[in-house]
Amino acid sequence: MNIHEYQAKALFEQFGVAVPKGATAQNASEFEAALAKLNGADGYMVKSQIHAGGRGKGTFTNGFKGGVKFSANKEKALENAKAMLGNTLVTAQTGAEGRKVQTIYFTEAANLGKRADGRDDEYYLAILLDRATSRPVIVASTEGGMEIEHVAHATPERIFKVHVDPAVGLQAFQARQIAFALGFSGDLFKQCVTLVTKLYHFYWEKDCAMVEVNPLLVTKEGKLLALDAKVSFDDNATYRHPDVVALRDLNEEDSKEIEASKFGLSYIALDGSIACLVNGAGLAMSTMDIIQHFGGKPANFLDVGGGASKDQVTAAFKIILGDPNVKGILVNIFGGIMDCDVIAQGIVAAARETGLTLPLVVRLEGNNVAAGKATLAASGLKLVSGDSMADAAQKIVALVAKQ
Amino acid sequence: MSIFVNEKTRVVVQGITGDFGGRHAKLSLDYGTQVVAGVTPGKGGQVFEHGGKKVPIFNTVADAKRETGATVSAIFVPPPFAADAILECVDADLDLAVAITEGIPVKDMIRAKRAMEGRRTRLIGPNCPGIVTPGTGDKSHGGCRIGIAPGYIHKRGSVGVVSRSGTLTYEAVWQLTSKGHGQSTCVGIGGDPVNGTSHLDVIKLFNEDPETEAIILIGEIGGSAEVEAARWIKANCKKPVAGFIAGATAPAGRRMGHAGAVIGGADDTADAKIRIFRECGIEVAQTPSDMADALLRVWKKR
Repeated sequence: MNIHEYQAKALFEQFGVAVPKGATAQNASEFEAALAKLNGADGYMVKSQIHAGGRGKGTFTNGFKGGVKFSANKEKALENAKAMLGNTLVTAQTGAEGRKVQTIYFTEAANLGKRADGRDDEYYLAILLDRATSRPVIVASTEGGMEIEHVAHATPERIFKVHVDPAVGLQAFQARQIAFALGFSGDLFKQCVTLVTKLYHFYWEKDCAMVEVNPLLVTKEGKLLALDAKVSFDDNATYRHPDVVALRDLNEEDSKEIEASKFGLSYIALDGSIACLVNGAGLAMSTMDIIQHFGGKPANFLDVGGGASKDQVTAAFKIILGDPNVKGILVNIFGGIMDCDVIAQGIVAAARETGLTLPLVVRLEGNNVAAGKATLAASGLKLVSGDSMADAAQKIVALVAKQ
Repeated sequence: MSIFVNEKTRVVVQGITGDFGGRHAKLSLDYGTQVVAGVTPGKGGQVFEHGGKKVPIFNTVADAKRETGATVSAIFVPPPFAADAILECVDADLDLAVAITEGIPVKDMIRAKRAMEGRRTRLIGPNCPGIVTPGTGDKSHGGCRIGIAPGYIHKRGSVGVVSRSGTLTYEAVWQLTSKGHGQSTCVGIGGDPVNGTSHLDVIKLFNEDPETEAIILIGEIGGSAEVEAARWIKANCKKPVAGFIAGATAPAGRRMGHAGAVIGGADDTADAKIRIFRECGIEVAQTPSDMADALLRVWKKR
């Protein structure tokens, strides 16, 4: 689960991690009041709040450039905020449709410190799971303000990692190792040790999947601040954090994916024309792959889980049919434990209930498959039976191509 | 031979009185598996009955082990309590804990895995279909089925199968069985980012197992476990290996059903893993329908 930057910063503050002072507004009438809470001596930052990266370099569909803007004074901040709020921001991560900005986050602009070579004094800090060791890893770099993948590729020696032993948690010497690796001394060294320690505490206590601060920066006044904040949570652990669940913004999620989750379906929208309905995540992914292998484009990932009951299949069909790009459906069920005939009856009932007219190819395999195929054949529905995944994929691709 | 379990393995089911655990305990009993005990705290002394068989229920795993000689546990405990159930197996010094449960918090698994370091108990899963060593009876009856896989699709034989995904494993097993090729052991290692047993752990055991002659390795996007296994296979594996990677069409950054199936960077895409499989001499299945045929292409050559 993802949250907005302003929500992440509020949690940072709660855990004692230093951030620039900020205030939010959900409509234009709140702009003045939000700005009044801030000290604009060094100007303001006006930041569009959407769950996607690349905001600064993004463009609004109305032509306005930049989803994050420095504004020297209050008038400029108001002007920028008006241009962003309610408009759709397209960034490298949003896809062409972009995301509507529904919250503006104003912060006090920080007075950037400079390094000897004249560059801004920016760093990178992240905490996440290292899958290879099954331990949390803290990743730090002197190269802040750019994509860490780029730094890892170009200058891997400037990335420093510390693995945390979950039996004892982050140790003081490890926080010091990071502060030394980033080249801090004196008061900034102390600030860095404190910030890393508190950030780790937050990551661990709130069951975060990832915490990323990019950039972490040093101001002219010698203060270490988390200038940006990207936080995501482990979906399996949100049940023990009602305060985190309360931060969920349904506007940022695909409505079809929300609907699917209500029926225990795992659905992800894609941009192709062949929908698929499959039991099991691995099989669902490889069904998408095989559609593409035979020249089609998958419209979605959809895992109905182990059961594939009539209600689930009906709900799945309704969600699939809500996507106007869908031109055909491939159902691929390996009925291991479940009786294929029961699944077939569910598919037939769901097709009838939803008034399905699109080409439908069904591939059933497993327990009592002959009876299942007979049920499909006797249904009177215009559906095609596939013998293997390959056969079924080729059939649906051909049917959709004919249209 | 087989790996991890055989027809004599004595199994305890944690969560046997729940719907999910109970249903699959019955299916395992029907398959002929030695389900000798159940564990549900507070229900010790009760009996789980199915098909004329009576399975005693205990309050603790330690009791179940002491009274019945169970050495392997199948865990069907709900996510908030599953890491605790795993560590109870470790405390009881079982050989193997197979965690079927999906949705265990990552932090719980990080801690449990750390606590298992240096202990004798091996963990398979979580979020996995379990493990099957097929029997020699009709439709592989008489084998050891731990977890949720359909037993009848198997056939006793000499192919080892290891996979992160349940239904994709069944797909591979069914293709093999339909073509007349049986399996030594089929292991679902699970779809979570933190798991107990890796592809590589299983491949090493298949390599040493005299009954296993050939191997199918099924992976997916996310993480580097398949790559690690492939590199080891290139250097050490004596047996033919076919592989498949799911997720060529998955968009970056999205979790595809499995918690661990998410592309994090350029190295854990399907294309990157397939390229490394090829470099390491693994015969790559073109599509999921091609898994058994891919193995036969390299197995026959030898």
